[in-house]
Amino acid sequence: MTVTYQELTAGTELPSATYPVTRLSLVKYCGASGDFNLIHWNERIAKSVGLPNVIAHGMFTMAQAGRYLTDWAGDAGALVEFGVRFSAPVVVPDDDSGAVLELSGTIEEKLDGNRVVIGLTARSGEAKVLTRARAVVRLS
Amino acid sequence: MGIDPSYAGRTFPASEPYEVSRVKIAEFADAIGDPNPVYRDPDAARAAGYPDVIAPPTFPIVVAMAASGAVVADPGLGINYAMVVHGEERFDYSRPLHAGDVVTAQATISGIRAVGAMTMLTTSTEIRTVDGEHVCTASSTLVERGAA
Repeated sequence: MTVTYQELTAGTELPSATYPVTRLSLVKYCGASGDFNLIHWNERIAKSVGLPNVIAHGMFTMAQAGRYLTDWAGDAGALVEFGVRFSAPVVVPDDDSGAVLELSGTIEEKLDGNRVVIGLTARSGEAKVLTRARAVVRLS
Repeated sequence: MGIDPSYAGRTFPASEPYEVSRVKIAEFADAIGDPNPVYRDPDAARAAGYPDVIAPPTFPIVVAMAASGAVVADPGLGINYAMVVHGEERFDYSRPLHAGDVVTAQATISGIRAVGAMTMLTTSTEIRTVDGEHVCTASSTLVERGAA
C-alpha cells in the first residue's frame, strides 16, 4: 500500500506510530554514529550536569522521525528537506521498557512536482521533544 | 572567554574523502532500529530504483560530523563543548547517499549569535561526491549554555 500524491489533501493526518528507545538503543547509536557523549550512556555524568537521567541523542530522535516519514511514503529516498528543533530531551530510564517516542504528522501543504509538506509532532511521555519539525517529501 | 564572533562566515577545509559502505549503512540502520530492506539488500535497493543500498535520511550526519567536529575543535573558536547542546538540525537533499559514494564534507560557520547567556552557533556542511555532485547539505545549530 503506497501513498500517492493524488489522494492527499492539506489537513490529511498521517497514521501515528510509536517507537521504543532503550539504553541498548543508545549504546548502539553511540557506536554507529561515533557520538559517545557521556550524557547518552552514563547516568552518573548525566545527573551530575543536571539531567534527570541518561537522554537520547537528538539525532536518534530525528532518525525515528525519518523512519516514520519514509515508512509512510513507502520510499526511503523520498525526503527532499527535513528539519527539526530539539525542544526537550528524551529521558531513557535504566529499566526493561525505556522510553517511547510517539510520532504523528499532518499534510500541511501540497507543492508542485508531487511534493508535500508534512508537519511532525514527536512526544515522549508528556514532553513535546521536537518542535518546528517539518519535511518535504516527494511522492509517486 | 566565549565564542569568537569573527568566525562567522568562515569556511573550513573539506574533510578527507569518506567512502560510504554497505556495512556502515547496515550498522546505522540496525542502531536506529529501522528494518527497511533498502538499507541492507542491494537487490531490494535496485528494485526500488537505486544503484546500491541507500542510507537512512539522517545518515549524512555521520559524514558531516567529520567536518563540523573539526570546526568545534578549533581552539581559536573558543567553544566549551561540555556546555553544548544540539538545538536544531536540517537536511536539504539532492539524493540519498548510497553504498559506493565517495564524498567530502565542507563546513561553513553560517552564524554566531548571542541570546541572553547562550550563544547559538550555526554551521552549514555541504556533502559532495569527489566529482563535485551535491548530495546533501546538513545545517546544525549548536547552543552553548553560558556559565552560571
